[in-house]
Amino acid sequence: MQTSPKRHTDREYEAELQQVRERLLVMGGRVEEMIGNALRAVGERDAGLARATIDLDHKVNRAEMEVDELCLRILARRQPMASDLRFLTLALKMVTDLERIGDLAVNICERAIDLRAETRLEGLDKLEKMAAVAQGMVRDAIDAFVHSDADRAQQVIDRDDEVDELYHAYFRDVLAVMVVGSDNVERGIHVQSVAKWLERIGDHATNLAEIVIFMVKGKDVRHAGKLDL
Amino acid sequence: MNAPVATGRFEAEEVDAWFGPKQVLRKVNLLIPERRITAVIGPSGCGKSTFIRCLNRMHELVPGARIAGRIRLDGENVYAPDVDPVLLRRRVGMVFQKPNPFPTMSIRDNVLSGLRLTGALDRSRAEAIVEQALRAAALWEEVKDRLGEPGVGLSGGQQQRLCIARTLAVSPEVVLMDEPCSALDPIATARIEDLLSELKARYTIVIVTHNMQQAARVSDRTAFFLTGELIEVAETDTLFTSPMDRRTEDYITGKFG
Repeated sequence: MQTSPKRHTDREYEAELQQVRERLLVMGGRVEEMIGNALRAVGERDAGLARATIDLDHKVNRAEMEVDELCLRILARRQPMASDLRFLTLALKMVTDLERIGDLAVNICERAIDLRAETRLEGLDKLEKMAAVAQGMVRDAIDAFVHSDADRAQQVIDRDDEVDELYHAYFRDVLAVMVVGSDNVERGIHVQSVAKWLERIGDHATNLAEIVIFMVKGKDVRHAGKLDL
Repeated sequence: MNAPVATGRFEAEEVDAWFGPKQVLRKVNLLIPERRITAVIGPSGCGKSTFIRCLNRMHELVPGARIAGRIRLDGENVYAPDVDPVLLRRRVGMVFQKPNPFPTMSIRDNVLSGLRLTGALDRSRAEAIVEQALRAAALWEEVKDRLGEPGVGLSGGQQQRLCIARTLAVSPEVVLMDEPCSALDPIATARIEDLLSELKARYTIVIVTHNMQQAARVSDRTAFFLTGELIEVAETDTLFTSPMDRRTEDYITGKFG
């Protein structure tokens, strides 16, 4: 499997592909920013930041539509082949995952607004850790895409188990805190939702990383060993 | 066009070819499986036309041209001393870039021209062959009421299908096509491409094309040639989505030169 450092002979085509790449990067950067803001809004009980972040989501949605349109136009006009074909069809998938991550960040922001007047629950320290891992996965998946780095993408996939384990442990911790006192139940349910969405963000980052590996190596690593073929 | 007894499987081993002092093919090893469509792609001058002309011994017709290596059809060496190149070319027909029906001949006589060269033909047998060949070339319905008219009165796309009918009339095992659609409009091209998918049930087809999209559309396997060498051959789905060699990748993505 080979990709090439050479440029396309047709410079306009080269520029079109570059445009897709840049739009995806901007979209990825914006989604990363939304996750960071959402987590800060929860941690610092900052409803204003949560609302501002929710407002950012329409830009992510618009970026999704723009990338879709660009890719369709290039597919129709250029009939791309090989790594270009993989890149464009995968760009169409990546925007879907990025857009979903944006939606999950919005969900977290809505919980931040619900939690704005609430104090923190004692004894729960895994959420920050989970947030750091999930956010790192998204960042690294995007970096791996930018640098066509299959190894880094594989590391993202490997980290998904860590997020899952943290989520299950956190779920049990929150349950224990809720059992202690009914005052804790509403807050407990909210923070549990936040944890669930972080776990989902980890899943979408994993999708992104699998896409990067296919783009670089031409090898489909999704559902590895889990399909009866 | 009774079903061929032999299968039409070509094996090229270490094939070199020259025009005078200039070497145009180098150590080409390529298996062409029977009853599948193999596309040969590559930039101008890469040797792809020369390669298919070696398969039916047309290369040697050019003064100063020569070939080395082994080419076997159904296991038999096509360059063995006892092989008659004329008979070989009946088994391995060829369709060219520009439709070339015989200008003085009717549609009917064009179809029969290959057979007439090799022997007498009774009238009813001849009529049956004309219909079969024209049907196989998807031209029958368009010309059945004017078989006596000149072949050159047909449109470019029809003329090319007439040439395909002429090739099929002698019951070949293999049909070589050298850029068969490059002089045709998209509709005529689509008719030929549609026809190819039917023909491969009975014939081995090798198509040389500059049009990569055409190779991707019609072929089962694709071979990429560059400066006289076979760089890569693979299932068409694989070659156009994930080629192994960077030179293939550069060519098919348009990063060439």
